[in-house]
Amino acid sequence: MQLNQLLRNPRLERVFVTLLPLVAVIAALVLGAFMLILMNADPIEAYRDGLYEGAFGTKNAVADTLIKATPLLLVGIGICISFRGGVINIGGEGQMIVGGLAATWLGLEFRDASPDVMIPACLIGSFLAGAIWGGLAGVLKAYFNVNEILSTIMLNQIASLWMGYLVRSVLISEKQKNSASPIPETDRLPREFDLPRIGERLDDIYKFFGLPSDKLWATTLLHNGIIIAIILAVLVYIFLWRTTIGYRIRAVGKNPRASRYAGIQVKHYVVLSLVLSGGFAGLAGGIQVLGVRHRMNAEGGAIAFTGNAGFNGIVAALFGKLHPLGTIPAAVLFGALLVGGNKLQRVVQVPSALITVLIGLVIVFVVGSDIWTRRRTQRRVSVDGAGSEAQPETEGIT
Amino acid sequence: MIEDLLTASVVASGIRIATPYLFASLGETFGQRSGVLNLGVDGVMLMGAFCSFWAVSEFTPQGSQTWDATALAMGVLVAILVGLLMGLATAFINVTLKAEQGISGIGIYLFGLGMSDLLFQKTFDQVAIINGFPKVGFPNFLTDLPVLGEVLFQHTLLVYMAFALVPVTWFVLNKTTLGLNIRAVGQNPEAADAMGISVTRVRYFTVTLGGVLAALAGATLSIAQHNVFQQNMTAGQGFIAVALVYFGAWRARGVLFGALLFSLVTALQLKAGTVGIDIPDEYLSMTPYVLTIIALVFASQRIDQPAALTKPFDRGE
Repeated sequence: MQLNQLLRNPRLERVFVTLLPLVAVIAALVLGAFMLILMNADPIEAYRDGLYEGAFGTKNAVADTLIKATPLLLVGIGICISFRGGVINIGGEGQMIVGGLAATWLGLEFRDASPDVMIPACLIGSFLAGAIWGGLAGVLKAYFNVNEILSTIMLNQIASLWMGYLVRSVLISEKQKNSASPIPETDRLPREFDLPRIGERLDDIYKFFGLPSDKLWATTLLHNGIIIAIILAVLVYIFLWRTTIGYRIRAVGKNPRASRYAGIQVKHYVVLSLVLSGGFAGLAGGIQVLGVRHRMNAEGGAIAFTGNAGFNGIVAALFGKLHPLGTIPAAVLFGALLVGGNKLQRVVQVPSALITVLIGLVIVFVVGSDIWTRRRTQRRVSVDGAGSEAQPETEGIT
Repeated sequence: MIEDLLTASVVASGIRIATPYLFASLGETFGQRSGVLNLGVDGVMLMGAFCSFWAVSEFTPQGSQTWDATALAMGVLVAILVGLLMGLATAFINVTLKAEQGISGIGIYLFGLGMSDLLFQKTFDQVAIINGFPKVGFPNFLTDLPVLGEVLFQHTLLVYMAFALVPVTWFVLNKTTLGLNIRAVGQNPEAADAMGISVTRVRYFTVTLGGVLAALAGATLSIAQHNVFQQNMTAGQGFIAVALVYFGAWRARGVLFGALLFSLVTALQLKAGTVGIDIPDEYLSMTPYVLTIIALVFASQRIDQPAALTKPFDRGE
């Protein structure tokens, strides 16, 4: 193969491996263009006037993109922790749901308390709920040898049913309860508990730098969840690469047996990976409640609440090479795809399900192209006799 | 109370519900026995469900009020074809490209979820209903038998095919050279390779077979049970099918037991709602999932898992 010969050149190979995720997205978009042509739609119009305009065309579009990127980023940094720790957490959906439920319950139960207390309390509560839900799978894996992929899938289903029950009968608003055909939804959380909007601040910054600003951002729904998520991404990066616990999580992920000989309590760290991973997904659910929806609604099922972010967050993390900082732009990219997909549907009358197809293709391309990353690592190992930053082994403990 | 619940019709409906699980899980059993975990079953099921639905609606003569044999045969054929293609793609990704199997499966799932929805919205303007598989025409003295008649003799052809697949799977895996090769490849690919078995070829075969059976599982839903197609109509059944393989400890018999248990509980839960038992629906719906987790706790204490499961094979050339 010519490509392989070209890749013998180490520098070119390095560039190629770094750019692989981008190549994967472009490949998916090209395939998508063929599909659009088959559906009698103009791909250029669809991508430019639909996807791009819809995601970045106006201030509102950008705000929407960032709002959609927030849960992806939070789930994604959790995924970075668990995959680095050698644990495949497919349970983001369920963890988000229990996080959302916890925030809703706390917000409604203590609706008269001060927002300065309640906003952090709701967010911490959602983190803890997600952590418990993830930790359950962790305990099952570490102490009962239950494959975490399966247990997290089961826990997703259980959480989604539990949400249906709680919202339909326990948390349901008085108004709906007494109505003839009740809609399964809770009361709105007090407005004081809404996450602060950051539009006005952005306008101030624009003004400060003398940029033309006429209350451009103030009208958008952008809330400070994206800022929380970015700060946490930086903290998780520091945690994973600059602390002993983070180091041990990664060590267990790379080689559980060697870690055990080195005296690391492998089981503890397996549980911890899932606790933290679940916690961040739970927080994504909490931020979804406080920042976007302000209540839980069980109509349309769990997917209407999560927007598939539990799965799409995995994509963002993979795309960011399982690095919390890389996950930031990746989450924005996939947030843009999701938001742009709706506009694409309106512009060229192609169902936005196309975006789900494209995201599926991106995952397949990214994990499929890992073979080149690995080949490079292997060669470096055999030449230098030393390992490098490779994908962690996700085989689990024996 | 129990008499109200455990009626012939509940058992019969349990058997119907078990059918797609059997197809998908037995297919997945082949793949996992050879060392490949395909988590994308749900996506393949959705594609099989849509494509067979489309074929049946396309080939049914205009204005026909009853089922049409050609159309149904085309439906099954198209499902097999789609399963074949998606199975081959899965094998290429997992075997040739050696992708991380837990994640590539999510990609395949999302692809199938989106694609089936996209095609459906593009080809059908409104909700369409087709004439799906009829009940097999057993003689009256069989169908009219008390209890047994309803439980055993009032199903569609696909139900009997799925149950027949259980002994076939057992036989192929345990009594044929092919089965021996599959198990060898899943247990110790290096040794199998040294004996001259092509690990790649065996895994391509099992994963593709798994794709075909998953597509048939989807077709069962759309052209034999509900006779409609809906976005995400499997609602995660493909994931349950994967879990059932673990539940059944990678054996045909175990998978049969798991599928039946799971479906009976589901059927009971549907029935319990109508009998007026005062447990919230959602808690009843949860029981199969909780049971599966509990079963996994016990199943995983045994060490039956194919040793090379989820591990790509590298000849180290």
